Amino acid sequence: MPPLTPEQKLELYRFMRLNRTLEEKLVNLYRQGKVVGGLYRSLGQEATSVGTAYSLSKGDIVGPLIRNMGSVLVMGFTARDILAQHMARASSPSAGKDCNLHFGTPDTGMVSAIAMLGALVPVMAGIALGARMQKKNLVAMTYIGDGGTSTGAFHEGANFAAVQKLPLVIVAENNGWAYSTPFRRQTAARSLADRAVAYGMPGETVDGNDVLAVFDAAGRAVERARAGGGPTLIEAKTYRMKGHAEHDGQTYVPGEELNEWAARDPLERYARALIDEGAADPARLHDIDAEIAARVESDARAVEQSPFPAPESALTGVYAEGVAEVEPAIVRRRW
Amino acid sequence: MTPEHEARETTYVDAIREAIFEEMERDERVFVLGEDIGVYGGAFKVTDGLLAKFGEERVLDTPLSEAAIVGAAVGSAMMGMRPIAEMQFADFISCAFDMITNYAAKSRYRTGVGVPLVVRGPSGGGVHGGPFHSQNPEAYFAHTPGLKIVQPSTAFDAKGLLKAAIRDDDPVIFFEHKYLYRRVKETLPPGDWIVPIGKAAVRREGRDLSILTYGAMVWTALD
Repeated sequence: MPPLTPEQKLELYRFMRLNRTLEEKLVNLYRQGKVVGGLYRSLGQEATSVGTAYSLSKGDIVGPLIRNMGSVLVMGFTARDILAQHMARASSPSAGKDCNLHFGTPDTGMVSAIAMLGALVPVMAGIALGARMQKKNLVAMTYIGDGGTSTGAFHEGANFAAVQKLPLVIVAENNGWAYSTPFRRQTAARSLADRAVAYGMPGETVDGNDVLAVFDAAGRAVERARAGGGPTLIEAKTYRMKGHAEHDGQTYVPGEELNEWAARDPLERYARALIDEGAADPARLHDIDAEIAARVESDARAVEQSPFPAPESALTGVYAEGVAEVEPAIVRRRW
Repeated sequence: MTPEHEARETTYVDAIREAIFEEMERDERVFVLGEDIGVYGGAFKVTDGLLAKFGEERVLDTPLSEAAIVGAAVGSAMMGMRPIAEMQFADFISCAFDMITNYAAKSRYRTGVGVPLVVRGPSGGGVHGGPFHSQNPEAYFAHTPGLKIVQPSTAFDAKGLLKAAIRDDDPVIFFEHKYLYRRVKETLPPGDWIVPIGKAAVRREGRDLSILTYGAMVWTALD
């Protein structure tokens, strides 16, 4: 991967800041009862989402999970798309039919997850397979949590991708928790990267809170995939700073751990790094923060004022529309 | 029947193989994947000859992973391919239940992305298969919106319905009653024809009783 330009370095900051600010706005809306369904934060994990997705090229396809809002933003979806999804408006990418980050079409670069974790991995392997068959030189990138790697679907998908040598990058985000289940109760494996050996694919652990380290690791995996070298499993070590969802106060998490990881906050760390290397000064970053905050406010207002879907639309789209019944050569056969 | 009108009779299983061959010739997006379908030609030889004719890229011998087989079929179908995923025995479709009912069936409704795949395999008993090689699993799927389920009873329907299923833009589960594989045969018309999905066939007319059934039970009902 060519080195990042100063503009690109700032863009990484912007995406992470937008990720965080947008989620804070959603919390605010949630508390007012304006969010339809649950709200899942990725506080503290922004570098993993943004750094990995940023290493992709136009035409690549991402399969994010609920804590990958940063990836969704990098792929070109907007704050309004995400606000509309959370508030179930007609203008949402799923036309109000699904929640949070459950949306996407391959031609817009994103494939939707389902709530059954792990299921997206074989599907993204299939996306990569379809792309190969169509001679499209694209890379598919998908995400899974520490909990999700315990599923059969994850195992089958990772194995399939590896044996077929598909252009898939699997980002396994180890944030220490699957709802209330700590890592040590999830698996006896030492790390998620260790699982890669079993599939015959390279595995690498990276500091998930260092956006440049994440970008670098993801970039190498993406290059390997694009060159025909098959899939890679990247374990991004990070921490879930809020509960599983907004309703969850995560009282089961030891306070010392939260404090320890707060000191490794990816945004504060990256801001310091940008200032230290002279890529930005505090005033510039402050301006970016303020600009993003203002835009998120006006986006939220616009979406709040936008309509809900028409009730009749709940009955549409189950099957393909307008598929003409083909008249067969012979209509009836009898004895 | 004069010699000029005599035609070869095609068994139910051969009718299925013909449908797959013809659709793969007609549409390069169609491909097959499953366990032992390539080199071995399939446990029931349904896919025999496909590898030699179409090559490894369109005839995939997969790992023993029903969820991945169907999941990969879903993903490639979302990209615009037309996969035909085989379950070596229809009983094993339970291993892909989540992928079928929660991913494939709901994709168009909630994201607008259609999944034009076919999941097919030999179902049904009467062959000493035991509890795990004899099931008719259609009832598990019949209540899932977004799916179409097909269960032919004749060789003609097997061929025509499978072609229709492959051309269908939605996920179709195609159960082939294995008891009928070689016991049922008929002369099939030449050319390209399909049997539309969702239309009932009247096998015998009468006044006193109506029997609605499908698959192998059509033959039992006619007896």
